[in-house]
Amino acid sequence: MKYAYYPGCSLRESAHEFDISTRAVMERLGVELIEIPDWTCCGASAAEPVSRLMNYVLPARNLALAESELHGLDVLAPCSACYLNLLKVNREAVPDRELHGQVNKVLSAGGLRYSGGVRVRHLLDVLVNDIGVAALSERVTQGLNGMRVAPYYGCQILRPYQVFDDPRTPVSMDGVLAALGAEAHPWDKGNRCCGASLMVTHPEVAMHSVAAILEAGEGADAIATVCPLCQMNLEAYQHDASAGGHHAPILYLTQLMGLALGLEEGTVLLDTNMSLTGSMRAGIRERAWRREPPGAGEEANPETIPNQGR
Amino acid sequence: MKSNQSQAWSPDEESREILRELRAEVGACMQCGTCTASCPNSFGMDIAPRQMWRLVQFGMLDRILASKTFWLCSSCYLCTLRCPRGLKLTRAMGSLKRLARLRGDWRAKRNAAFYEAFMENVEKYGRVQETSLMPGYFLKKRDPLLPMHYLPLGLRMLRAGKLHPPSTAQKGLLRDLFAKAREMEERS
Repeated sequence: MKYAYYPGCSLRESAHEFDISTRAVMERLGVELIEIPDWTCCGASAAEPVSRLMNYVLPARNLALAESELHGLDVLAPCSACYLNLLKVNREAVPDRELHGQVNKVLSAGGLRYSGGVRVRHLLDVLVNDIGVAALSERVTQGLNGMRVAPYYGCQILRPYQVFDDPRTPVSMDGVLAALGAEAHPWDKGNRCCGASLMVTHPEVAMHSVAAILEAGEGADAIATVCPLCQMNLEAYQHDASAGGHHAPILYLTQLMGLALGLEEGTVLLDTNMSLTGSMRAGIRERAWRREPPGAGEEANPETIPNQGR
Repeated sequence: MKSNQSQAWSPDEESREILRELRAEVGACMQCGTCTASCPNSFGMDIAPRQMWRLVQFGMLDRILASKTFWLCSSCYLCTLRCPRGLKLTRAMGSLKRLARLRGDWRAKRNAAFYEAFMENVEKYGRVQETSLMPGYFLKKRDPLLPMHYLPLGLRMLRAGKLHPPSTAQKGLLRDLFAKAREMEERS
């Protein structure tokens, strides 16, 4: 399995751990990621208010590169906003002859052209539909037995285009969590908006969303995300009183996968999670990361998890 | 009469085009209010989404531009998903932001500050550089207290190793594309 990898800006910036853990997990699962050469920003949610054309040109440039340089491999995007922006090119610009022409006219200024032949995939889609939960569970060596994880999907991998999950009651992460040996925290906030860039422009409004999600996440050991902005919003404002005083570690799904696949905490960069305090980490480690499923008969491998005093 | 009306709203071509698209986009709105009920941010809006579509249908540009409603859209697409008429309402909110940037007053400038700072950063660096984006945003927003608000978070991010100086590896890669798009959008 091979994909054209589009990490996106956030994964090179504050969401470094999402990039590192995605690459590490994919390698464990035998999936080859070829980074799109000289990829550039997709425009996030900032292009649309500024320029209708650049809103499509920015993501289209990366698809054009995947088409010409990587023989049209499926593009894998771990970030929800990148995913939707890339997908929008295929769904909105390519079928509109006039718009498609305009996009290509702009791209030609950079010597590029996008014909529309590249399939856009989100990480979760690839995990569930290409790799498959069965293949994943076969590779699990350090099951997260006893860990209760709230699956958080966010918005843009579910809406407006229904591609691989139910936008109303998403379930794709349930199977992944079960394969990892974790227990899904029952809640109805998995597809609730985190506020996205509203957290920068109007934090007083976005904070209500964060508070609602964190409140519903009470009782979970961690909330699992697959989007850098969701992760940042849910994590960064937990100190803020207006977020309701609820605390939960916000981990990338790929970090949890990495742990279950036998990677070390340092390899999936757990240290960079600001919401994962030392005591929370020790508590979860005690209950989940080191405990083998009862009767599994596998030997606990103390080497895989560094021994850290509490 | 129809064309007179749109002339009256918008002397410049680009805003006329945006308005034309908008009216086509929400023309079939039947005022059921599912969008308002679905919106996670409607509680902070001065004009509910349902009412906003009516204003667009009636072409009440002054009232539209005076509202902060569309600036509070976080693009969660729940209204788009649930709209019984299948209208692309989130996209319409995006068009309203674009319209307000073109025709709006100082409030629109302040509300668009982040998006503009973001796009300038992308144009310059090719990939967003967070440590250079935020100072750019602070300058545009012209709020001296804003950097102070971000200081504690900035320090925590620094401690967690989440911040680094801007990378210039992709600098200039998008310059020609931005120039071309600007040329085409100004001309159209």
